[in-house]
Amino acid sequence: MKRSVLVSLVGLFVLAGAVTASAAAPIKIGLNLEMTGGVAAYGQQGFEGIQTLQKMMKLEVLGRPVEFVLVDNKSDRVESANAAQRLIQRDHVAAIIGPMISGSMLAAGPVAEQAKVPIIGPSTTNPLTTQGRQFVFRACFIDPFQGQIAARFAYQQLGVRRAALLVDVAQDYAVGLGNFFAREFTKLGGQVVATQYMKTGDQDVSAQMTAIKAANPDILYMPNYYAEIAIAAVQARQLGLDVPILAGDGADAPELIQIGGKAVEGLMHTGFYHVKAFSNPLARQYVETYRKLYNKEPNAFGALAADSVLIILDAIKRAGSTSPEAIAKAMAQTKDLEVTTGTVTIEDGNAIKPVVIRKLVNGQWEYLATVNP
Amino acid sequence: MNVDVLVQQLLNGISLGGLYSLLAVGYTMVYGILRLINFAHGDIFMVGAYVAFFLVGIYHLPWWIAAPGAALATALLGVTIDRAAYRPLRNEPRISVLITAVGVSFLIENLGLVIVGGRPKGMPVPDLMGRAYSLGSFRVAGVSLWVPALTLLLVGGLLVLVYRTRMGMAMRALSRDIEATRLMGVDVDRVISYTFAVGSILAAAGGIMWSFKFPQVNPLMGIYPGWKAFTAAVVGGIGNIVGAMIGGFIIGIVEIMTVGLMPQLSGYRDAFVFAILIFFLLVRPSGLLGEPLKEKV
Repeated sequence: MKRSVLVSLVGLFVLAGAVTASAAAPIKIGLNLEMTGGVAAYGQQGFEGIQTLQKMMKLEVLGRPVEFVLVDNKSDRVESANAAQRLIQRDHVAAIIGPMISGSMLAAGPVAEQAKVPIIGPSTTNPLTTQGRQFVFRACFIDPFQGQIAARFAYQQLGVRRAALLVDVAQDYAVGLGNFFAREFTKLGGQVVATQYMKTGDQDVSAQMTAIKAANPDILYMPNYYAEIAIAAVQARQLGLDVPILAGDGADAPELIQIGGKAVEGLMHTGFYHVKAFSNPLARQYVETYRKLYNKEPNAFGALAADSVLIILDAIKRAGSTSPEAIAKAMAQTKDLEVTTGTVTIEDGNAIKPVVIRKLVNGQWEYLATVNP
Repeated sequence: MNVDVLVQQLLNGISLGGLYSLLAVGYTMVYGILRLINFAHGDIFMVGAYVAFFLVGIYHLPWWIAAPGAALATALLGVTIDRAAYRPLRNEPRISVLITAVGVSFLIENLGLVIVGGRPKGMPVPDLMGRAYSLGSFRVAGVSLWVPALTLLLVGGLLVLVYRTRMGMAMRALSRDIEATRLMGVDVDRVISYTFAVGSILAAAGGIMWSFKFPQVNPLMGIYPGWKAFTAAVVGGIGNIVGAMIGGFIIGIVEIMTVGLMPQLSGYRDAFVFAILIFFLLVRPSGLLGEPLKEKV
């Protein structure tokens, strides 16, 4: 917690990237992360991933060290756009990593696009973030794919036919993913028996859960973020709604288990990562270093933030230049790059990545399957 | 919507409303005596929940120590806030104190962010509170049964304090006329400190019960419940304790019914509550049970 304390206190501080043995000026990469606010777990985990990468290797490209400039976007759209602006205009960064969530990227992306500086969202899965943009990227799959896999998993593997949805309407991510799931689930022959809405930060969802229970579903799909999922699961169980819960990548944070407790036991979700899912050398090295550094299991957001760094460094190397425009051009052509989550290829700004399915058993994430695109 | 669902929704509304009542009573008490809307009340609520969380979750103390511990900590906080922020402005226009209260609220929230960080923590909930009880086909969380009982107990205690003790007499005198009370030889600052201490204890009780129902704590958790409780206090007639209780239940039921009857508008549930606030301020500023304010000359 100390780290986040410093961050929120100062708002911005500069991390010395690698040891500056050479006198060459460092290449600055901006970090626009959620260090506080509703999804602080993602930003803080992403930051851990980048620090893990710094421990793993000397981050250097074109003979120049890499320096990170961190700004807390407070999990807020407007703050995210401001953070991007500040990183570009004041710090003159070559590229930006983050925000971690789609809604914030929809605000920050256009700022970077206009300034012609590449920006990459480690985990921004909503398709709209990169659509029609030359400078906005992502290090993860997109929600139409994730929603499709979730619906197929529910229909075919779990054999359920009646789905109920609780959607966080304040998040572009949740609204999009909910729609993609519902579309595929109905196409397969299933039925969406109830769709209820909440918004980020709502504590009480007893009314929604009562309506969902009355619709008698056999699965509850919650394409929201972890805090909302946990609180909703507790109330679902209290109201006697005992059906399995399925969620998206947003479920992946320790808070889900801390807050949800027994209520989230058995929860399944589609996501980016499980330590067992990827076995290339870089992935193994990342897992080992992370465990040593933080004494806990690595997570998706850290790994994807580390991947974002690797994607940018690879692009700088191929471009042979640190001009933001040249970097963006090279990023768009990323192909079969080895990263901590297997290999990555970028098409239309989107990473082509498999979906990993996990289940919470006795408070631990159990690996169920990897589905390739 | 069939009858069963409607009854369950009503129960949900009462459960939520009970928590608002508990908070609104603290709000209204401080206002009733000092004519000050203590906007930091919701944040004291948050501190109460956090202290309980630390004592139980980190130091593994039993609840019968943790809850009074949290109450003591918030009482000290309430008195400190009054000393540092409100007392220097005692003779200034009321608006200055009001603005200061907003400032104190922001200060506590952001100090919270700095000290404990922005990530929510899971609250350990005693089984008695966390388990669900079935009433026929209806279900109610244990905490929802305890909240009204606790509220009645605290309100009872409060009424005894205000109407049966010397301190209460001083409080009532103060609420009429501070200067005259001072001239009668009452230590006004002491009475005000006492009022803040009691109000803060009520906030801590609310914070702990809230985090039993929604088992998490975070530094900004007091903001919305605080505003809702303020609305409840206004609806009931600010300054009136029984009114605050009734207002709390009204707000809770309205919120749940908004979602239950109009699921598409769930995202606007807070807007509905604050529309009620505006309605009351425009049409009946003295609330359901309040007396019209007499202008002091």
